[in-house]
Amino acid sequence: MKIEKPETRALIREDKDIRKVERRLFLKQSLSLGALTLLTGCDVTDIGAVQSITAAMSKWNDKVQAAIFSQSRLAPEYTEADITKPFPFNAYYRRDRVPYVDGATYRLELSGLIQDTRPWTLDQLHALPQRSQITRHVCVEGWSAIGKWGGVVFGDFLRRVGADIRARYVGFKCADNYYSSIDMATALHPQTIIALTYADQTLPPEYGFPMKLRIPTKLGFKNPKHIMAMFVTNDYPGGYWEDKGYNWFSGS
Amino acid sequence: MTTTDMSETKPPPAKFKPVHPRLVRYWHWINAFAILLMVGSGWRIYNASPIFKGFRFPNDWTIGAWLGGALQIHFAAMWLFVINGLVYLIYGVVSGHFRRAFLPLDPREFLRDFALALRGKLPHHIGSYNAVQRLFYIGVILAIVGVFVSGLAVWKPVQFQTLAALMGGYEGARIVHFLMMSAIVAFVLVHLTLVALVPKTLWPMLWGRARGEDEEGGQS
Repeated sequence: MKIEKPETRALIREDKDIRKVERRLFLKQSLSLGALTLLTGCDVTDIGAVQSITAAMSKWNDKVQAAIFSQSRLAPEYTEADITKPFPFNAYYRRDRVPYVDGATYRLELSGLIQDTRPWTLDQLHALPQRSQITRHVCVEGWSAIGKWGGVVFGDFLRRVGADIRARYVGFKCADNYYSSIDMATALHPQTIIALTYADQTLPPEYGFPMKLRIPTKLGFKNPKHIMAMFVTNDYPGGYWEDKGYNWFSGS
Repeated sequence: MTTTDMSETKPPPAKFKPVHPRLVRYWHWINAFAILLMVGSGWRIYNASPIFKGFRFPNDWTIGAWLGGALQIHFAAMWLFVINGLVYLIYGVVSGHFRRAFLPLDPREFLRDFALALRGKLPHHIGSYNAVQRLFYIGVILAIVGVFVSGLAVWKPVQFQTLAALMGGYEGARIVHFLMMSAIVAFVLVHLTLVALVPKTLWPMLWGRARGEDEEGGQS
């Protein structure tokens, strides 16, 4: 998704302190609250009440979407001719802020409810069975684009490393300080892949080098790029946009 | 004499028959509120990525303050809109309300009434709909069904992919959703204009009966 507010753009790249993100979130919400107060003449407690209702409804919608979601229902796949060219670049920052990750020294870190937490090199990931698929990426903003991603079926990878697949969440930490998390059912969906390629080429930096999680059953912002670490947990991990108010499940 | 006493007391009130049944009135106002929220937040969501390049709704006309806020309101109000709509549809079919209020649909009668309406000579009888009203109300109910069905396809284009495919896939469903919204908004504008022109129609939708009518006066 594009940048909604300039203050999110200012996020410092090397900033690992989540509390800073929360501070910005607080600032942002108070700004939009202030704007709403001016517009409507309501006082802030009314707005707070409205926000708590819509936030509770968003949690309810997470449950509804989990119930609607089927692990055997596949996203439509398309042909090479359907691919959107050029595939849009999208992040919460501009293209010139795309993080640089050195593929030679890259190690995917694993933690949480996983038996074998040894880190993975890119070569090791490429040595696993690969599959590719042409699917539609639907952005939370409404636009969509079709692209071809290739890589490792995520469910196979999770089972290979001995992840507890009865756990509730898989969380991701990214080189651009983005973070997100998904439900285990979606993680085990056969079309959910660790994407290492785009259009049969090594995943370019703007599309998430060295790896992106490609989930055709979720909105675009639930497809984290530049993944550096992943973990399996039963504690709700949230996400960069989710913590600002986007619906967490965001299935499609 | 007791007989004179009897004649001076009021007769028992005639059985009150409201212009709009209570359930229809509640439905109407909940629906109006839900449509306001859905359209206001929907316009903000539209603005995040306009279908028609160069066309955006003024942000001051939208609800939600930003995309995330608008999405939260849209998907919360959706439940109010859909549940309220389902109650109305079931009630309308089962009680015979639809049949009584909106049928028959006679094209010649519609053309006659429409011509009268354009010349400003179409009389409005409280408690019964002319052919133009009947067609417009059926039309807006179909548009509400359409906005719901296309909305489902936009919301879950993978889970409801068969539905989305009927509309040409996700992008097609987005356009259908926009057109259905446009039809509903056009209806609301005409509807509000007519209420402004014939304000006496507002009373029955608020209180069930026409203005000035007391407990004795049932509708004929």
